[in-house]
Amino acid sequence: MRSFKLLPALVLVGASSVAAQSPTFGLGRTPAPEEVLAWDISISPTGEELPEGSGTAVDGALVYRRSCARCHGAEGVDGRAPRLVKSERGSDEDPWAYGRVLPIRSPYATTVWDYINRGMPLNREGTLTADQVYAITALLLYWNDLVAEDEVMNRETLPLVEMPNADTWAPLPDWAPGQPRWPGYPY
Amino acid sequence: MGAVAPGIGPTPVDAQSVETQSQEMDDYSSPELVAYGKRSPYVTSMRQPVNGRPSPDEFGLVFHIGTPLQDQVGAITPSALHYFGTTRGSFVPHIDPAEHRLMIHGMVDRELIFTMDELKRFPSVTRLHFIECAGNRSNSRHRTIIESHGMTSCAEWTGVLLRTLLEEAGVQDGGEWIIAEGLEEVKGTSSLPTAKAMDDIIVAYAMNGEPLRPQQGFPLRIVVPGFEGILSVKWLRRIKVVDRFYMTYNDYGHLRQDPSDAALSYQIGPKSVITSPSGGQELPGQGFYEVRGLAWSGGGRVSRVEVSTDGGRSWFDADLRGTPQPMAHTAFSFNWTWDGSETVLLSRCIDEIGQIQPTREEVAEFWGRPGVRGQDNSIQPWRVERDGSVHNAIV
Ligand code: HEC
Repeated sequence: MRSFKLLPALVLVGASSVAAQSPTFGLGRTPAPEEVLAWDISISPTGEELPEGSGTAVDGALVYRRSCARCHGAEGVDGRAPRLVKSERGSDEDPWAYGRVLPIRSPYATTVWDYINRGMPLNREGTLTADQVYAITALLLYWNDLVAEDEVMNRETLPLVEMPNADTWAPLPDWAPGQPRWPGYPY
Repeated sequence: MGAVAPGIGPTPVDAQSVETQSQEMDDYSSPELVAYGKRSPYVTSMRQPVNGRPSPDEFGLVFHIGTPLQDQVGAITPSALHYFGTTRGSFVPHIDPAEHRLMIHGMVDRELIFTMDELKRFPSVTRLHFIECAGNRSNSRHRTIIESHGMTSCAEWTGVLLRTLLEEAGVQDGGEWIIAEGLEEVKGTSSLPTAKAMDDIIVAYAMNGEPLRPQQGFPLRIVVPGFEGILSVKWLRRIKVVDRFYMTYNDYGHLRQDPSDAALSYQIGPKSVITSPSGGQELPGQGFYEVRGLAWSGGGRVSRVEVSTDGGRSWFDADLRGTPQPMAHTAFSFNWTWDGSETVLLSRCIDEIGQIQPTREEVAEFWGRPGVRGQDNSIQPWRVERDGSVHNAIV
C-alpha cells in the first residue's frame, strides 16, 4: 500500500515542477515526497500509512521491560503512569466499563500503534523502530485478551484486530454553520 | 534606584519593613521595564491547576490550568492568564519560529509547506473568540469560579483563515475531514470536519496584539471557534486532508456512546456566569453592587443575557458591553442594590440561534436522568449569605 501511495505523489511533483507555486498567492513550496512520508505519522483506522515491520507479544515483552515498565509497571497495572490493562469491571456486554485504557477502549488497534509511535516512551518519543512498535502493540493487545501471544502484528494484521468498541461509539453529527448543538434540544 | 514605598496601601510600621518593601519593588525606570512592562506587585491574580490533577505532575507534565475569571475585567483574557489545557499532560515545546513549518497534504491537488514568514504574508483576519475546554464542568464541590468555570478564556486572534490555505492546496472530492497535528512530545492530533475548516477556523500566529504565548501554541495554532477546546490544536505543524474521522488518540479520548452526548460535547452551548460576586468573595455590606459576568456561545453571537438576584423568581435584561461577536465572550453587567438578606444570583445566556442556557434541573428533566449531558452549559447559582459571603449554590 505504501508504494501505491508514493506513486501519485511522484507524478504530482513531476507535473508541477514548472508551476511549483500555488495558484492564487504563490506562497509556500511543494514538499518532496520523502518529506511528506517522514512527516506523515497519522495512521488511519484501515492502516494504509502503516510501515513495513512486524512483531509479537513475545518480542514486545523484551522491549516493554526496557522502555516502558519503569513508568507503567511490570505488568502494565501498577505503575506511576496510567494503566495499560483493562479493569475487571468490564465485560464483553459492557466494554466501556473496562475503563479509559487505550488498548481496550479504542475502536481500532491502529490508534494504539499510532499513539505509541508518536508519543512513547515519554521523553524519548520517536526512538522506537517500527518492529518495536508492532511488538509492544502486540503485547498490549495480548494483555487485554485481544490477540494471542504468538500472533504476528504487521500492517496487514493490525487493522483487522477486532476491538470490543468497534461499533459502540457514537459518530459526531454532520456539522454546518449556524446549526444548533442537537436538533430539538432547546439548550 | 528610585523605588520607594508607594503612596497607597497601609503605611509601613517601621523602617525595616520600608527597606524590605523597597528591595522588592520594581524600578519602573530600569532599562528592562522601560523596554518590557510588568504588572504592579499589588495585582496578584493567578492561574491555578484545576480538575483534581496537579500541574506540573510527577513527570513534569502540565494538564489543566484555570484562568482567574473572578478578576477578569471585560471580555478579553490577558494572554499570561489565558487558561491552558493539554489533551493529556504535555510539555510546552520550545520552537524557533525561523525553523517552524506548516505542511498541508493528503487529499489535495497541491501539497504545500509554509514558513512562518510566508504564512504572515497571506491576507489575515483578526477576530475575538473564546476557547473552552470540554472539562469545564461545575459541581457542588467547587468553591470558586476558577474551579467551576476557569477553563474558558477569550482573546483577539490574528492569523490566516484555514480556508485560504486549503483553497491554495485545492481540497479534492471526498476530503471531508482534516486532521491537525501539533509538534509537542505527543504530537496531539484531532479530526475536524472540512466544513468547519472551510468556514471559520483560523491558523493563528498572534493573540491580543502580540505573537502567541508558548503555552498557547507559539508560533502557530488553530482556533476552532465554538468547538470544544481540544480541537484548537497548538504548536501546529501539519494538516492532512482525509476522507474520514481518523480516530486519533485525542479523538478516541472524547468518544461517547450516545449520539446526543457526542453532539452536545462537541459544540459549546449558550453559557454565562456571574464573575462578581462569585464563590469565595465577600460583600462588605448592603448597598449598591454592579453584578458583572461573561456570556458566550458556540452557536454564534450572544443576543441577550438575563440576571436574577432572587434565585430565579424574576429575571431582568443585563447590559451587554460592546457589540457581541460570534463565538466570543461578551461582558455583561446589572445594577443591583443588596438589601442584606440571603439570596441567590443567577445569569442566563440566549444566543442568536435561539438556544437558551438551562438550569441543571432543566437538563436533568429533559433527558430524564440526573446530571448535565454533554458539555456543561448549566446556569451557575451563587448564594449570598447575610454576612456577605458568597458560595457555590449547586446542591
Ligand atoms: C517516563 C515515564 C514513561 C515511560 C518510560 C513510558 N510512558 Fe507511557 N505514559 C506515561 C505517562 C505519564 C502517560 C500519561 C500521559 C498523560 O495522560 O498525562 C503515558 C501514557 C501512555 C499510554 C496511553 C494510556 C491511555 O490509556 O491513555 C500508552 C498506551 C503508553 N503510555 C504506552 C507506553 C509504552 C508502550 C511505553 C514504552 C515504549 C511507555 N508508555 C513508556 C509515562 C511513560
